[in-house]
Amino acid sequence: MALRRFDLEAGGDSFSFKPETEDKIAFWRGKYPADKQRSAVIPLLWLAQKDNNGWLSEPAMREVADRLEMPYIRVYEVATFYTMFRLQPVGKFHIQLCGTTPCQLRGAEGLKEVCTREIGKQMYVTDDKRLSWEEVECLGACVNAPMVQINDDYYEDLTPESLAQIIGRLKNGVDITPGPQIDRVNSAPEGGAKTLTDAALFDGSRNAIKTLPNLPEPAGEATAEATGRPDAGAPTNVKREEPTAGKATLIDTTSKPDATKDGMSAPKDKKD
Amino acid sequence: MLQDKDRIFTNLYGMHSPGLEAAKQRGAWHLTREMLAMGPDWICDQIKASGLRGRGGAGFPTGLKWTFMPKEVRDRPHYLVVNADESEPGTCKDREILRHDPHLLIEGCMVASRAMRAHKCYVYIRGEYINERHALEKAVKEAYEAKLIGKDNVNGWDFDLYVHHGAGAYICGEETALLESLEGKKGQPRLKPPFPANAGLYGCPTTVNNVESIAVAPTILRRGAQWFAGFGRPNNSGTKLFCISGHVNRPCNVEEEMSITFRDLIETHCGGIRGGWDNLKAVIPGGSSVPMVPAEQIMDAYMDFDTLRDLKSGLGTAAVIVMDKQTDLIRAIARLAYFYKHESCGQCTPCREGTGWMWRVLERMVRGEAEHDEIDTLLDVTKQVEGHTICALGDAAAWPIQGLIRHFRHEIEDRITQYRLPRAMVQGAVVTAAE
Repeated sequence: MALRRFDLEAGGDSFSFKPETEDKIAFWRGKYPADKQRSAVIPLLWLAQKDNNGWLSEPAMREVADRLEMPYIRVYEVATFYTMFRLQPVGKFHIQLCGTTPCQLRGAEGLKEVCTREIGKQMYVTDDKRLSWEEVECLGACVNAPMVQINDDYYEDLTPESLAQIIGRLKNGVDITPGPQIDRVNSAPEGGAKTLTDAALFDGSRNAIKTLPNLPEPAGEATAEATGRPDAGAPTNVKREEPTAGKATLIDTTSKPDATKDGMSAPKDKKD
Repeated sequence: MLQDKDRIFTNLYGMHSPGLEAAKQRGAWHLTREMLAMGPDWICDQIKASGLRGRGGAGFPTGLKWTFMPKEVRDRPHYLVVNADESEPGTCKDREILRHDPHLLIEGCMVASRAMRAHKCYVYIRGEYINERHALEKAVKEAYEAKLIGKDNVNGWDFDLYVHHGAGAYICGEETALLESLEGKKGQPRLKPPFPANAGLYGCPTTVNNVESIAVAPTILRRGAQWFAGFGRPNNSGTKLFCISGHVNRPCNVEEEMSITFRDLIETHCGGIRGGWDNLKAVIPGGSSVPMVPAEQIMDAYMDFDTLRDLKSGLGTAAVIVMDKQTDLIRAIARLAYFYKHESCGQCTPCREGTGWMWRVLERMVRGEAEHDEIDTLLDVTKQVEGHTICALGDAAAWPIQGLIRHFRHEIEDRITQYRLPRAMVQGAVVTAAE
């Protein structure tokens, strides 16, 4: 739980959605049944935050409540409960730094020092209104730790140096590239993926099967009722045994004789 | 090691287009109409026979869960809700499905909806996944335009899919909190019963499933339950996305066979432990909510539900957080305690107050600024929180701390002793006597 309140002073008295946002509002409202329009409150608050320089003011909250015909207190509850609604002004580029354990283990604390040095303390907005930062909880990019989210985009595999460079670029208005900041494609291991290299995965040969397996013909039904154990010979893979007293023998997957090259249809053919 | 031809998520790393044509080329949307035509009982039977257990952490059999929905639709429509609120520290698998293989998910939603006689599905994506949400929206649009979903589609089952998003609350990954949030309220879990299968979204029969559980379903039906069941040890079937983070040489996501050993997993895909296997200290094998397992127990253990349960931990979401000997474990767990304090929804007193209390005590223990008997007090408080809350967040907050004390109590004691040595005179004779 975190105690969160609106910055009433900075919020002023009024808010209105930008004209181009109206389509988006209609898009979101269209997703929910007519008598359940309240479901749209989080998406609408998010749109309001986008139209309000990245933070949610109290008048913006009221505007959303009026549109959805909800009591103010219900929207207030939502706005203060969800931490992505920022209730005080932030910079044009707001850095959310993940500090939870997986990122911490890979050096998020060094990144915090960089942010403090380059920007200031958390939620402080620089004089030119360009930058601010805060520490947030797990952003769900743990294999690319440590990482930050700047506005909508993730910047991953950071070091104090690369983060300082990113912040320097933001200060000077130079474009930055989202994604991993080292030689790496998304969540594949550094240095290139060793899996998913088989060309047969991508040439359409997966669509070779013409009928589904286990259709309720006499033979098919029987296996469907089985307890999940494969019958002999059907699949190409080998069921692992229960651990024996010796345990921990490495399962031999490399020397399997059944490494058929003919791809997807193999198990089906055998079965039929 | 799992062979490429047996991997379900063939675009895990985004090397290829996530678009409809490329997805079809990789096998998505093939024979979907035939699957749907077989009806709910056949689909549920197949998923049951495949041994698929829920990929969101609890490991409940997915096929069985689908059969809990009412057998016929009465006055209230049925809903499928997909839980893409992936926020468990260490976990980042659903993100890859959403942004790189969204059509597998959409197809899975349709198949699962048929199995539970639902015509509407909501996918609840965590708020921070903005680009992932756009990627899924784009794929949904493609599917509508190709008439794969929607009214009078080519697959023969009227089906609408809507993408919804949250706004940064971990607790919304709990299924009833997610439903509350989807209804436009604070994400506070509901008391069960009634279970969502009876009264879920808008009071209608609803099933909430994890992204991965749903996305693997069509491929299982296409390739046969026994194909999927053939991987892993009995009762732990299938392939699984593992997210390996922390102190390995090359952290990554990878789809592997269930019941692969920890050593195989790390050696094959992550280039080993940082500093070698002798440098391994402990592993959190299933996302932050499960207790850690010390090196000697995990090294050759099978990565599956039953083995890890026997090690007093769990497979959870298969988010493997590796910690080497340079790790300050107390600090790592204190940070997790802060996470749970931050994310407690505030509804139940043991959790709201307990998470903050446990965090504050752990922060002192990081510095060693504690009494020795406070370790037992802390353990006792974790037991007071565990099992005394509406949802499992209380348990999730308690377990990492219990794991720390169970396996590394001596480290906390040493830290306290170290802190006290130079201060013994100030704090009095009791302290030295305790040693």
